[in-house]
Amino acid sequence: MEQSQVLAPTTPAQRRASSWLRVPGWLKSILRNRKATIGLAILLFFVLVAIFAPVIAPTRDPMRMVGRPHDPPSAEHILGTTRQGQDIFTQLVHGTRVTLVVGFATGTVIILIAIVVGVTAGYLGGWVDDMMSMLMNIVLILPGLPLIIVVAGWLDRPGPLTIVLVLSAISWAWGARVLRAQTLTLRNSDFVLAARVVGEPSWRIIFSEILPNLTSLVVSSWIGAVLYVVLTEAALEFIGLGNPNIVTWGTILYWAQNNAALLTRSWWTFIPPGVCIALLGFSLTLINYGIDEITNPRLRADEGAKE
Amino acid sequence: MRFILRRIAFYAVALFIAISINFLIPRLMTGDPVQLMFARFQGRMTVEALDSLKETFGFVQGPLLEQYITYLRNLSQGNLGLSVAHFPEPVTDVLRIGLAWTLRLIGLATIISFAYGTLLGIMAAWRRGKFVDSVILPITSLLGAFPYFFLAMLVLYAFALGLGWFPLGHAANINIRQDWGSTEYVLSVIHHMMLPAFTIIATSIGGWMLGMRNNMIGVLAEDYITMAQAKGLSNRRIMFSYAARNAILPSITGFAMSLGFVLGGALLTEIVFSYPGMGYILLNAVNTRDYPVMQGTFLFITIAVLAANLLADIGYVFLDPRVRA
Repeated sequence: MEQSQVLAPTTPAQRRASSWLRVPGWLKSILRNRKATIGLAILLFFVLVAIFAPVIAPTRDPMRMVGRPHDPPSAEHILGTTRQGQDIFTQLVHGTRVTLVVGFATGTVIILIAIVVGVTAGYLGGWVDDMMSMLMNIVLILPGLPLIIVVAGWLDRPGPLTIVLVLSAISWAWGARVLRAQTLTLRNSDFVLAARVVGEPSWRIIFSEILPNLTSLVVSSWIGAVLYVVLTEAALEFIGLGNPNIVTWGTILYWAQNNAALLTRSWWTFIPPGVCIALLGFSLTLINYGIDEITNPRLRADEGAKE
Repeated sequence: MRFILRRIAFYAVALFIAISINFLIPRLMTGDPVQLMFARFQGRMTVEALDSLKETFGFVQGPLLEQYITYLRNLSQGNLGLSVAHFPEPVTDVLRIGLAWTLRLIGLATIISFAYGTLLGIMAAWRRGKFVDSVILPITSLLGAFPYFFLAMLVLYAFALGLGWFPLGHAANINIRQDWGSTEYVLSVIHHMMLPAFTIIATSIGGWMLGMRNNMIGVLAEDYITMAQAKGLSNRRIMFSYAARNAILPSITGFAMSLGFVLGGALLTEIVFSYPGMGYILLNAVNTRDYPVMQGTFLFITIAVLAANLLADIGYVFLDPRVRA
């Protein structure tokens, strides 16, 4: 590729092809960071499992009874069966889908709200900022989980969509606060002042000067939000506030707990889904540490110890 | 003083909003959950009791504003209604007992977690890349991303069922009479508290540690640290009196802010361990459709979080002379 560029003048199509093939800069710096690479690899694994779920564990319905109840892992059911005789491996594979989709969808809604509120407050300043900051702080201080539990209690077994909406409504404040602070700093930087002096309209300054500089912060807040949603959704389903008929990692745990998995010592019913949630959380955390280290060199562990 | 007054005003607004949310939730539901709620109680209580319950929630005839005023008036008298599951016990009595258990458990676990996390964070920043920084920090941080309730299940499985070192749940041995003066009872309480407290500490310590480490790193780059070293002060003195003292300020704010999260996680811990605190009460209320208790729990928890934040703010004034001006 390098060679062809030197040897022959390239057509636009070729150039486009080569820029597609070339590893983009941000990916290169992520791949150079060990933590981020491991995190991405685990995440990619789960994404692949979610996409190819029907191939990996073909079934008409993961809730179907296929074996004897509470069978420990065997060649036939590699992760054993539940009290209802459902295959845990099948449930786990299919549960990956809902868990990932709900996690990333909600995380995205949360970060979008956070960007709108945070950047608006930070950029406009004045009374708009005062009002929005107050709103952020109030949403931040109100205990989220108890509120969700109460809402879920009134709703009587809310589906995933309701959980997405409720979680989004109460979880955007942290990201908004972080983005507001950074926007405030950027607003007073020389290049933004220059753009204002030139007479650029506000929306252009926000989209072409401020947002690109918030990218790493947006990405890490986004991943943080996804992590929060995955853990919270699983927790809600675990305590029985989700829809127990939809197979997710959280509902597998709910049924395990409901069927006295601990007392009957059927560890295979609760360890695999728990490990999956923990692994997904682990991968998201690693990615965030990686991004942190890449964008904030002061935090790297290998640099000069103070003695 | 102005700082504290401003904060009190802020918490007052936050409390008012929480109270209003509590009022609105049942009214925002589709269908008619109110009808549903009272339909469930039919036959379980007298007409008078039902009417008084309706009034507590402001479900009186009239426009929304009138309902709201009725609800606020009842609230201002400390009237949260009667529990349905434990009829006719007032909700406040049910919750007061739960809150005491939760505060004992969370108070202890949070203080331990904050103290050790901060201390470890100081050490990690001081010796960058050494043992605490490169081994303990990643382990505790990863535990922070660990699902609370799963960790609780695992330790319960391993240490209570498997090894039998700890009880399977509850706050104390039910065969011992509740008496805070007797050593046997207190020991039983401590014994029951250890596993749940451990899970809370294990999952929250990483956050304190990482926060403190990153603050410390910023402070250690300051000129006055170099100056202190040039003066030949002992490392210990620089570490604690110069660096940590300044680096801890954001952690104090974080401490207050995170209480809501900690409480949320602790609710799950209580549910797994059947620990009779607010979380356990809340879940039972949800399962038995004890709406008055459900609503009351949210208010109680909110008030507890706001009060803790106010205390942290007052502490901040003592620690940071700049806000006293």
